[in-house]
Amino acid sequence: MKYIDEFRDQQQAQAIANIIALEAKSDRHYRLMEFCGGHTHAIYRYGVQDLMPDNVEFVHGPGCPVCVLPVGRIDEAMQLAQEQGVILCTYGDMMRVPAGNRRSLMQAKADGADIRMVYSTQDALKIARDNPNQQIVFFAIGFETTTPPTGVAIKQARAEGLTNFSVFCNHVLTPAALGAILNAEPPVDIDALLGPSHVSTIIGSHPYEKFAQQYGKPIVIAGFEPLDVMQSVLMAIRLLNKDRSVVENEYSRAVTRDGNIKAQALVKEVFEIRENFEWRGLGLISNSALKIRPDFAEFDAEKRFTVSAQPVVDIKACECPAILRGQKKPLDCKLFGTVCTPENPMGSCMVSSEGACAAYWRYGRLRVVA
Amino acid sequence: MCLAIPVEVISIEEDTAWVSVSGVKKEISLALVEDVSVGDYVLLHVGYALNKISTEEAQKTLKLFAEAGMLEIDS
Repeated sequence: MKYIDEFRDQQQAQAIANIIALEAKSDRHYRLMEFCGGHTHAIYRYGVQDLMPDNVEFVHGPGCPVCVLPVGRIDEAMQLAQEQGVILCTYGDMMRVPAGNRRSLMQAKADGADIRMVYSTQDALKIARDNPNQQIVFFAIGFETTTPPTGVAIKQARAEGLTNFSVFCNHVLTPAALGAILNAEPPVDIDALLGPSHVSTIIGSHPYEKFAQQYGKPIVIAGFEPLDVMQSVLMAIRLLNKDRSVVENEYSRAVTRDGNIKAQALVKEVFEIRENFEWRGLGLISNSALKIRPDFAEFDAEKRFTVSAQPVVDIKACECPAILRGQKKPLDCKLFGTVCTPENPMGSCMVSSEGACAAYWRYGRLRVVA
Repeated sequence: MCLAIPVEVISIEEDTAWVSVSGVKKEISLALVEDVSVGDYVLLHVGYALNKISTEEAQKTLKLFAEAGMLEIDS
């Protein structure tokens, strides 16, 4: 496939690995946080970690929207389906996350709630058109990549006069999470960051500039293919060696400094900043999420329905929160691979295709144990 | 969730396009992008094109990779 195969070439990977080994100074340690779960999976799936010298370490970041959503929000969505009788639509990643009492949306569906997995917001609109006598709620989650498609659906619902469609909005903002990581107490021990690929196609590379400058950490926007990750590691090492805390863009084939202006305008039209939002692992962060503007209130499920789930306490031994902050790794968790597996997950990091625990389970556990 | 794949645009009708995903045809929305033409590659995410892929910038990045290979031979 064009734009994929050439970014996975094995010989090139070895060549870049050799340069990294040459340029990484043996008297220092390089701790690089890859923000996105997409990066974590590329690193493990393609064995990028094995190609790095011992003094280059990856620290896994919070860029997994399913993982950072507090389970109380899933309980609220479940309530909508079970108690208010709506058809609840959501992306596949959400279906198996254990929420309150360790029940997932999948289990609620098995118990009779009408919960449907959709690929696109367009599918949710179609369900609304096909079921005019029922309320359809789209359970929206995701970072800036996934927000514009939700905005398109809301505008389209208004244009079509769909009165039975609304959105339970849980969209979150990458820069806020980045700020929380860089401000964390105790501090997260990282030297540089590999910045998001597809979030950045929308928001551009400029929002990261103030973080690089303020916290003295270079940030390299990195594509999701293995050679992209490796080239970005090399760029980050070069910046660290020169003591330059700036933003560089490895993923220039899809990311510009300004991002996708049309998508940004649409998001601004439909959504506004939510004053406070709770993140799993990072806690309450102000101005870190979006809600639907009053002008579009009729499409806001939080206004149309009453939702009030009780706060849920995470399973005590589950280390998801510390893993999301980059303070622990999956193998530091006592539950990993014993009671917690993808078939029987205790925490969201084991469920999501972007979760760090899922990456270790699928690609890395034997290597580390050996 | 943030995963997106490069796909080739085969035909366009207003805000909708048919694309080829490794030979499989699929209908997607162009509501979030501008100036897309048949033959362009776009990043496809949850049924929407997020952005056009710049052929020129992709070549530059591949050239950087190739230079790593050259440097290695030199060293």
